[in-house]
Amino acid sequence: MLNDLAKAFRPALVLTVLLFVLTGLVYPLTMTGLAQALFPHAANGSLIRRDGHVIGSALIGQAFAAPGYFHPRLSAAGKGYDPTQSGGSNLGPTSKALIDRVSADVRANPGAPADLLTTSASGLDPDITPEAAEWQVPRVAAARHLAPARVNALVQNAIRAPLLGLIGEPRVNVLTLNLALDKLAGKGAQHVS
Amino acid sequence: MISTDLTQGTTPTGWGLILLFVAICVALAKPVGLWLFALYEGRDTPLSRVLGPVERGIYRLGGIDPAREQTWRDYALAMLLFQIVTAIATYTLLRLQGMLPLNPRGLSGLSPDLAMNTAISFATNTNWQAYAGEATLSNLSQMLALVPHNFLSAATGIAVAFALFRGFARRQTRFIGNFWADLVRVTLYLLVPLAVVFALVLVAGGVPQTLASSIDATTVEGAHQTLIVGPIASQEAIKMVGTNGGGFFNANSAHPFENPGALVNFLQMLSIFVIGIGLTWCFGKAVGDTRQGWAILAAMLILFTAGTAIVYWAEAGGNPLLHHAGLAGANLEGKEVRFGTAASALFAAVTTAASCGAVNAMHDSFTPLGGLIPLFNIELGEVVVGGVGSGIYGFLLFALLAVFIAGLMVGRTPEYVGKKIESREVKLAVLAIVVLPVCILGGTALASVLADGLAGPANKGPHGFTEILYAFTSATGNNGSAFAGLNANSPFYNGMLAVAMWIGRFFVMVPVLAIAGSLAQKKHTPASAGSFPTTGPLWIGLLVAIVLVVGGLTFLPALALGPIAEHLAMLAGTTF
Repeated sequence: MLNDLAKAFRPALVLTVLLFVLTGLVYPLTMTGLAQALFPHAANGSLIRRDGHVIGSALIGQAFAAPGYFHPRLSAAGKGYDPTQSGGSNLGPTSKALIDRVSADVRANPGAPADLLTTSASGLDPDITPEAAEWQVPRVAAARHLAPARVNALVQNAIRAPLLGLIGEPRVNVLTLNLALDKLAGKGAQHVS
Repeated sequence: MISTDLTQGTTPTGWGLILLFVAICVALAKPVGLWLFALYEGRDTPLSRVLGPVERGIYRLGGIDPAREQTWRDYALAMLLFQIVTAIATYTLLRLQGMLPLNPRGLSGLSPDLAMNTAISFATNTNWQAYAGEATLSNLSQMLALVPHNFLSAATGIAVAFALFRGFARRQTRFIGNFWADLVRVTLYLLVPLAVVFALVLVAGGVPQTLASSIDATTVEGAHQTLIVGPIASQEAIKMVGTNGGGFFNANSAHPFENPGALVNFLQMLSIFVIGIGLTWCFGKAVGDTRQGWAILAAMLILFTAGTAIVYWAEAGGNPLLHHAGLAGANLEGKEVRFGTAASALFAAVTTAASCGAVNAMHDSFTPLGGLIPLFNIELGEVVVGGVGSGIYGFLLFALLAVFIAGLMVGRTPEYVGKKIESREVKLAVLAIVVLPVCILGGTALASVLADGLAGPANKGPHGFTEILYAFTSATGNNGSAFAGLNANSPFYNGMLAVAMWIGRFFVMVPVLAIAGSLAQKKHTPASAGSFPTTGPLWIGLLVAIVLVVGGLTFLPALALGPIAEHLAMLAGTTF
């Protein structure tokens, strides 16, 4: 038995070193090279820049509080939309803290769709449902002194439909929608990869 | 406020998504199975021309003769030694993180208990994460300390499955293959190519792949936001294909950088199942009757579809306590809008049916019944498709038990795919099956009475108990998903769960290899008129029943204290 163990030591050690180098260095570094060459925008985080400064990522939600912007969902990531602390509330279905939070939010925002008053899984959800966007149109339009129909047209334009009608949910990216709003008001946004 | 509408807000689109998924799984079984079968037989693959020199170089440096086969004892010894050496390597890398390169954010080394828990977690294909990736690990640790385990623990699982297949297929021999050759060939010709292709697909779909670590952004409203990036796609690809499940980020596949869109999400779910599905066909081919593989796959998919339907139905129905508070509709707490209810429910079922453990929604916030199914899937032994390798060998243990019980009923020596199943195999199978309940229920009971254990749960009432039960279930089942409210990064949980992970992995693998060794020595027994047929609806029904009764019934009392009690409390309007 001990003799067998001794015989197995060399392959165990050599394979650990070789396969760690292959799968832990060669593989991820090669993929990094390929990804940077083929899909540089996505490989670097789908960043959005305005006037040369990074204002965020198209994939990562960010906080919006001003009435003139569409608001994202609630976030349990740090103090809200903190990408260094992704995660959900992890409150269970019979948690008093959850029920109290939702009850208070429903009183403050009567009629708000469910996605707006629940925390996402990542705390960084970039999307809201079309209903949640439409529900915010009157507030945004009033704050910006725009006709609700114009704002609603932006929302309709921003809705992404499910693939083949099956895969995915209809959704609206909040950051992209808000940038379109700003563009309407004359603040130019541009995508740079 | 109980809905009397039986559809409970589920939609034809949602059901369509689930059916489409199952249909694609069935279609994948043979093509993937053929590829696996070539590796099982040790034949050249189209990739051998390119990677052959690498394979031979590895053998030469390691002093390995791939043609020299091992007895089950030597095979098990090599396998165990390799796990220990790789786990020590990872432990060392994690402890020394602060001194190693590719760490621009200056993250320090991990504490001894956390580094040990993480090393064992990744070596056992569990990928339980007691840490938050983005706050704890440097890019070097993610790449070099963790990604190799994603490949090698997956390859180990498949190797053990191959050894068991050989036990069934061979006659009167002591040899069941060469562990080193199986490990290297599965890694080079299956996992690496799959991961390379899938990683590129993921990047095309939006997953970052860079050596940068963080990007400072100033948001539209002028706030500061630090975006965390890194070599995410390369880790994500093998995390799914190898049913590992250890995310780059704390939020795992719910994080938009790990899983940016609905199509990527769908491909991630398929990638969790792809090898496990193929292995069922490969088993049939190996024992010379592909119908044997199809029968197993049918039983698996029946169990899978039933479980998925319950999760979807429960989550779409939502939480009556929230309905009462004025928030109508599905349970969206802890779910992402781009996935919605159906794809979140499907993902939860897939990740727990397989031993993956990646999550795209927070299971902790599921409704009680929606959270019960993921828990139950793991407690069945993750044999519903299951982890790569571990799913099929776990399921074959149940098949041995099923022919044994059928044999008792008709009074004949049980046979399965041409082998007589005798006392030794049944004893070993029961040993491997019993490990799961002993470890899960024992660990949960201990944690439920000790102060260190009770310090873990974030939620009160039955849900807090479920958090503990889920942790021991996930660890022992080598799943790695969590009711993430549990604060598991304490010396108590790090230690207990590391032990559970080790036992749950190797106290099953070693008996499986012993069964392989025992079967390989037997003669071939051709099926006769008195043999119980192991294809067809009767057999499939028996398999489903045995898995549910033997695998599931043990856990019913614990489930009654957790999710079932919570469900009743929820209906009664009680909060905790």
